[in-house]
Amino acid sequence: MSGDNPPRFVLASPESEFYWRSGADGRLRIQRCGECSRWVHPPGPACPFCHSRRVGPEPVAGTGTVATYTINRKEWIPGFTPPYVFAFVELDEDPTVRIGTNIVDCEIEEVEIGMRVEVLFEESGEWHVPLFRPAVTEGT
Amino acid sequence: MSERMERRAVISGAAQSEVGRRLYRTGIDLTVEAALRAVEDAGLTTADIDGVSTYPGFGGSFGGAMGAELHEALRLSLNWRSAGVETAGPLGAVHNAILAVATGLARHVLVFRTVVEGSGGPLRPGSGGGGGGGMAGSAGPFQFMIPYGAASAACWVACYARRHMHDYGTTRSQLGAIAVNGRANAVANPKAIYTDPMTIDDYLAVRMVSDPLCLYDCDVPCDGSTAVVVSHRDYAPDAPAGAVGVNAMGTAIRGRPSWDQFDDLTSMMMRHTAASMWERTELTVDDVDTAQLYDGFSWLTLAWIEAMGFCGKGESGAFVEGGVNIGPDGSVPLNTSGGQLSAGRLHGFGHLHEAVMQLRGAANIQVPGCEVVAVGAGGGPETGCLLLTKGPS
Repeated sequence: MSGDNPPRFVLASPESEFYWRSGADGRLRIQRCGECSRWVHPPGPACPFCHSRRVGPEPVAGTGTVATYTINRKEWIPGFTPPYVFAFVELDEDPTVRIGTNIVDCEIEEVEIGMRVEVLFEESGEWHVPLFRPAVTEGT
Repeated sequence: MSERMERRAVISGAAQSEVGRRLYRTGIDLTVEAALRAVEDAGLTTADIDGVSTYPGFGGSFGGAMGAELHEALRLSLNWRSAGVETAGPLGAVHNAILAVATGLARHVLVFRTVVEGSGGPLRPGSGGGGGGGMAGSAGPFQFMIPYGAASAACWVACYARRHMHDYGTTRSQLGAIAVNGRANAVANPKAIYTDPMTIDDYLAVRMVSDPLCLYDCDVPCDGSTAVVVSHRDYAPDAPAGAVGVNAMGTAIRGRPSWDQFDDLTSMMMRHTAASMWERTELTVDDVDTAQLYDGFSWLTLAWIEAMGFCGKGESGAFVEGGVNIGPDGSVPLNTSGGQLSAGRLHGFGHLHEAVMQLRGAANIQVPGCEVVAVGAGGGPETGCLLLTKGPS
């Protein structure tokens, strides 16, 4: 994407609001169960594994791997100027935590399945939208 | 095997309204046209209809028309009516009708699916179009994709197609075989939207939409209505056009009900849905004479081919390459009326209609001796299927 930031149309639910605000301090947070320690995404009112209600946001490293992606060549939403990459990123803490996102700060052609990425945030009104870029800060 | 109650039902009538790219007719207008034709086709009158079933049960360009609208428009007297979007895909409306007939709640159920997406507005967040239905712009599961410009099912399906290519070596030419096959068959369908000849080179040259999906990987929005009458099998001998039997239906949604969180990025819910259909029948995939498999996007058809078991997992690209296996003379003639890619996005009911025509021996491209048809519709977490037979099962 180039130029101005696109309209993000974030419509948070009470359970997900933390996700879209988390980046205010530069950390990505994912819901985690306080009983069985499993990660839960998208967030919900209870742990889907042990049914504990003791669930809440917990910081993650913000690193992961591109599981798959598409290069959008069509302007699906005005303000999203093509081409741009929509990807599913699997987080290091638990690869079943799969996050839809845009891959930014690199050439479109550089994106590939298995690519290591790290989170960054784009402010959009009251929200901090998690985006990912090639992992530049981690060692090999 | 315990009794399969779906075998108490037959499809006694089937018809479509006018179908076009942009008809500028209302959804209920198209629905009434299809419904009256289907009732007549079944040898019935509207006084015989005591049930109505539809998907998704709301208006707008995606919804088309509500069941209550048809109820009122034809002044029907119903013992049972049902509509909903939380079904096993669009064919869920047929599943529900079959259950109503099997349990005796109704004897003749008019089932319809209407779309006016051709003349309806373009997809925008909150517009309620596309695979997201009314979910786009809500705080539901699509809130994690809309903010990234992934507003269409094309974006989501493209991600699966990419991973399938990565893991199994599926190529764009193989994907294109679905589109080219559909176009070749659409030529014989007088209601098809696109009938100009298409080669694999045409496919490879057209513009990309959500890479690796190009324009010809995406179905064409249209206006039209399809209606079928689901009756009790007792009525089969009286159905003038011949009754189509329901051998088994597939309804399972065993994985996460999500476009983005399904456990396997190289298959979708049809994996479970088709498996549940085969669990309900003594027939096997080798008995299928033709397959009518959803092609809202061409990759969904590959996923259906694997889910149904026409080839092994990951082998669908090689299976369809060149179009021989899926052509009219192939081992599994596929989408013989053109599918949604060329004949128009009738949301799985074009496939259902074609299945009925094949089993009556009345298809435009008729598969000789057709006795068993597999129909699968939907993508992502919204998939359902039917195994239909010539005469009651």
